[in-house]
Amino acid sequence: MAKAKVTVPTPAEILPGISYKTPEKGWMDVKPDFRPGTYCNPANPKWLEWIGYPYPRAWHVTDEDWHLPSDWKETILQGMEDRLSRFRSLKLFFDICVRCGACADKCHFFLGTGDPKNMPVLRAELMRSVYKRYFKPAGRLLGQLAGARDLTEDVIKEWFFYLYQCTECRRCSLFCPYGIDMAEMTILGRELLSSIGINIEWTLASVAQCYDKGSHIGATPQAMKDMIDFFAEENERVTGIYTPITYNRKGAEILFVAPSGDYFADPGTYTFMGYMLLFTYLGLDYTISTYAGEGGNFGFFMSHEMGKRLNAKIYAEAKRLGVKWIIGGECGHMWRILNQYMDTWNGPADFLEMPVSPITGTKFENAATTRMVHISEFTADLIKHGKLKLDPMRNAHIKLTFHDSCNTSRGMGIFEEPRYIIKNVLPEGHFVDMPPNTIREKTFCCGSGSGFNADEYLETRLRGGLPRANAVRYVHEKYGVNHLGCICAIDRAVLPTLLGYWVPEVEVTGISELVGNALVFDEEIERTTDLRDRDLVGVGEAEEGVEAAEAAEEEE
Amino acid sequence: MTDFFKLHFFVPLAAVLGLVVVAYVGVQANLQLLFGVVVPYMAALIFIEGMVYRLIQWTRSPVPFRIPTTAAQNKSLPWIEKNLGEKLDNPETTKHVVGRMALEVLAFRSLFRNTRTELRQDPDHPEGARLIHWSYKWLWLGAIAFHYAFLVVILRHLRFFTEPVPGFVYLLDSVDGFLQFFVPVVYLSGLVLLVAAGYLLLRRILRPELRYISLAADYFPLFLILSIAITGILMRYFYKVDIVAVKDLALGLATFKPKVVAGIGVIFYIHLFLVCVLFAYFPFSKLMHAPGVFLSPTRNLACNSRWVRHVNPWNYPVKFHSYAEYEDKFREAMIEADIPVEKES
Ligand code: HEM
Ligand code: SF4
Ligand code: SF4
Repeated sequence: MAKAKVTVPTPAEILPGISYKTPEKGWMDVKPDFRPGTYCNPANPKWLEWIGYPYPRAWHVTDEDWHLPSDWKETILQGMEDRLSRFRSLKLFFDICVRCGACADKCHFFLGTGDPKNMPVLRAELMRSVYKRYFKPAGRLLGQLAGARDLTEDVIKEWFFYLYQCTECRRCSLFCPYGIDMAEMTILGRELLSSIGINIEWTLASVAQCYDKGSHIGATPQAMKDMIDFFAEENERVTGIYTPITYNRKGAEILFVAPSGDYFADPGTYTFMGYMLLFTYLGLDYTISTYAGEGGNFGFFMSHEMGKRLNAKIYAEAKRLGVKWIIGGECGHMWRILNQYMDTWNGPADFLEMPVSPITGTKFENAATTRMVHISEFTADLIKHGKLKLDPMRNAHIKLTFHDSCNTSRGMGIFEEPRYIIKNVLPEGHFVDMPPNTIREKTFCCGSGSGFNADEYLETRLRGGLPRANAVRYVHEKYGVNHLGCICAIDRAVLPTLLGYWVPEVEVTGISELVGNALVFDEEIERTTDLRDRDLVGVGEAEEGVEAAEAAEEEE
Repeated sequence: MTDFFKLHFFVPLAAVLGLVVVAYVGVQANLQLLFGVVVPYMAALIFIEGMVYRLIQWTRSPVPFRIPTTAAQNKSLPWIEKNLGEKLDNPETTKHVVGRMALEVLAFRSLFRNTRTELRQDPDHPEGARLIHWSYKWLWLGAIAFHYAFLVVILRHLRFFTEPVPGFVYLLDSVDGFLQFFVPVVYLSGLVLLVAAGYLLLRRILRPELRYISLAADYFPLFLILSIAITGILMRYFYKVDIVAVKDLALGLATFKPKVVAGIGVIFYIHLFLVCVLFAYFPFSKLMHAPGVFLSPTRNLACNSRWVRHVNPWNYPVKFHSYAEYEDKFREAMIEADIPVEKES
């Protein structure tokens, strides 16, 4: 899916050439340069019609005229006023930035493009300048001197360019002495853009499909079932264990909600196979839903409201099916939402019960009101209680490093669980972390989060992913790392492209896939390959297997 | 030098120099009453009212979502232990939130985390360059020095406004002045304030990306504070003023029995006027970061939204695609695929 259509310069062309020089002109006088590869396509009007959002129309980014509604300016200003009254964050973040610049070199898009407007402080200033002009006496009076400027169509274009060059990763907010969070401002800024009919295709197509069908990928119920049933057969072929699954089954104990990326495309699919193996191993009484078949939430990438509209389905479905609690799969923004928004939006989930692991009896007190447990928490608990028979040697062909996804890191704080699992499913010494300034809460973004997986956006994505890829390259060269693990479906969708470009020797894997590899079933057949059909170490030539898989990938 | 920089740099510079001239001319014209009494009271009034007004304005907007930046491991399985640092970086309880805020306010915790990233040309690297990251504490140090010096200077000034002078002010005085290489005793805080503010100004001017983002609103407070520090130092060490008279004036202001005191040098009035401007300017400027940091929703909330419900006061019902609508659309296909349905037809 993610092969380039736009031509992109080679790594050797991009990297040494990134210039952090500031332009001759002040930033208010510099206009964005919409080059192919560096902007997202506008949303097809039909998606807006599906979800009932305003101003569906065809327009082009490179056109002079974006066909904005005639009252676009009032809409934006009213929208801003409305959001200032509803979000203390916005008011405060507009008012208290001291422009100390501590956030500047924290943004992967700044590091990868050198464009000063990708410094979070200046990205915020693009909106703040309008706020000052229309909502602050000093700005009204003194104009540019007070850092204020008129709201024009050029400003809207600039917002579009730069608010869609922010993956809402919150790295800037970590370092800001006041916690000013550009992600929050980007979300609200995109809401404003959306209110005058400016949306991007990748996000909107996913949102509309998810709204209408049940998942971003737009799978009909029968198609979703086909895909997942196929994994059950694949599991049987590789391990001898058939891993059947039930759909929309009332009365199951647990509803399992995964990001659709995990049943849509490699390598996410192997993660899904891992989930199924684990649940079958445990004999878990669970079901998945074709209606709430999406844990991810691209709605959040256009507005809080759309995020809520998509998220609502999960609780609604859990209630309809009468499950006791919910397990969520490996996904980044999904978990930021489940952690920080779900209960507030669509709770209370008082029709569910306190989540208790049926295997270990562990009460997941940390999910006492959302009643939704992270698969890594669930799995780590099982391992801790010795409930899984694991053979780490089946992952001996893997030398792993772990990518902390932005959302699970800075919007949740799940660091130890995946590492604990990794250490138990990999042989000793097969896991190394990347340098400390690039992991955990300081982790660097994949560069394609928040709705940027689009092909037409490839150059900017690859630039944005540079700091991540650079750290991967470091451990690859130093320790021979050949796999990058993650607990995020967007990562599994976009990191292969990123690494294929910067560090082609490294592949991407979910953590549950590694669990699936390592799980020892009583009735299994002798395992000769991992879930990807690659030879295990000691069976045939593992090295060759890896190479063959890579060669096959390159040919694709 | 871009026009943008000229505008944002020279206008505030001229403004501060202008303020100096205003005070000088005013005092020459015998407007001591205005500059010694009226302006200070006005400034205090604007400061207090402005501050209250801004705080009310901020707090009138709710905090709809619980969005703390989680900077460490969250609450998880009981055996995943968190040390104190992690508890403060990802606080689960109010107690730990207080700790996190205390660290932010007193020790600039987040700024302490600061790193620098640089693209280094590296011929050994396949692409000819690589990014390197390192811990960078200079800004933190400069900021801490600046703020604490400012705080000490303000506290020391209490000796003018109180009678008898509280003991801690004397203590501060003697600690601050322990280096006795000059007469009168040199206060370190004043020098540190000057040096630190000078550093903050220089980095703004010299680092291209900072110069690029800096606005008049960034230079103005620095110029103002630097001028205050410079006039203060000049007054103390070089153009001495009658301290007894100054205390007389200050006590008069503090006890609401204001009087014009004769025989204080003009440099004092310049100093005082600049301070008044700083106070009056405070509530309408970025200096509001001081109260603002306490309200920051990415810092002042416990990260407990999975086990304690956070209520959004304006939460409203939204339309979503209901299961019934969904099944109506796909019923036949679902039946055919053996997926359970609510209604068989
Ligand atoms: C709760 C109290 C306060 C906290 C936590 C705080 C924190 C900070 C931090 C972390 C910075 C950024 C680093 C820097 O640029 O120095 C900063 C900048 C600054 N603060 Fe404060 N501050 C507080 C109170 C004040 C007060 C009372 C003033 C007095 C006027 C002040 C004046 C400034 C100025 C002028 C700057 C900008 C320096 C520059 O332009 O580089 N701050 N503050
Ligand atoms: S770190 Fe915070 S205060 Fe400093 S420039 Fe960035 S957003 Fe502004
Ligand atoms: S949230 Fe991330 S992408 Fe957005 S400005 Fe901050 S660091 Fe950059």
